[in-house]
Amino acid sequence: MKINIPTPLRAFTDKQATVEVNGATVQAGLDALVAAHPELKNHLFTPDGKLRSFVNVYLNDDDVRYLPAAEASAVSADDELTIIPSIAGGRTGRPGVSASRALCCR
Amino acid sequence: MKLHITQADYDALRAHGEETYPHECCGVMLGHAKDDGNHVAAIVRAGNTRTDSAHNRYNISPIELIKIQREGRKQGLDIVGFYHSHPDHPAMWSSTDFAEAHWFGCCYVITSVDKGKANLTNAFHLSGTTEDDKAFQQEEILITEAVGENA
Ligand SMILES: [Zn+2]
Repeated sequence: MKINIPTPLRAFTDKQATVEVNGATVQAGLDALVAAHPELKNHLFTPDGKLRSFVNVYLNDDDVRYLPAAEASAVSADDELTIIPSIAGGRTGRPGVSASRALCCR
Repeated sequence: MKLHITQADYDALRAHGEETYPHECCGVMLGHAKDDGNHVAAIVRAGNTRTDSAHNRYNISPIELIKIQREGRKQGLDIVGFYHSHPDHPAMWSSTDFAEAHWFGCCYVITSVDKGKANLTNAFHLSGTTEDDKAFQQEEILITEAVGENA
């Protein structure tokens, strides 16, 4: 399968925009990706091995989180996985969060 | 590092914020990352999925982002940044903007839209490589003459 790498993570894939890996499931593909590019691990997964909340993985046009088998979903050689960090924000901090975080411009 | 963008794209992303006022607009900047900064070759408008709170939130759905990235790749362009507007609020990043910024190396452009008119536009480069060392650094916006320069 082909895995599309977003611009910020290409620093860890020798600048490659796509990486070709073998694997029968989404999880196997991600494992193979991390095995080939170990620096990616910390960027994709939490210490207990879960995908980070802001990292979305799509199997073709489907969010893997919402597939019936999730990461265990079967993948064929023609399938494409896309790793895409989320994009969001807003003019104010979340109530209760901004005050404690002290990261705000205001 | 500077953000290189044409006058036409710069004007267009500011106009987008005026059109969606009093809601936030958002979009994607496609181009190339170079040693002197990100060069924008095209901007793509995105739909704000935060219809529940569009006056102070923006969100681009991952699938829309994937489609924009896919179209960009066909033209040899990568995602180099994002823009959004702050209706009646300064053109500075908020705690939410920072917490939800994960595209290291990319540029986040924010335009303040005051009473429906685009006011200031600022660019912030997301430096660092992890959630722990990331930082927003304001960078100069360099208006370039022609698209060819950034392509
Ligand atoms: Zn914002």
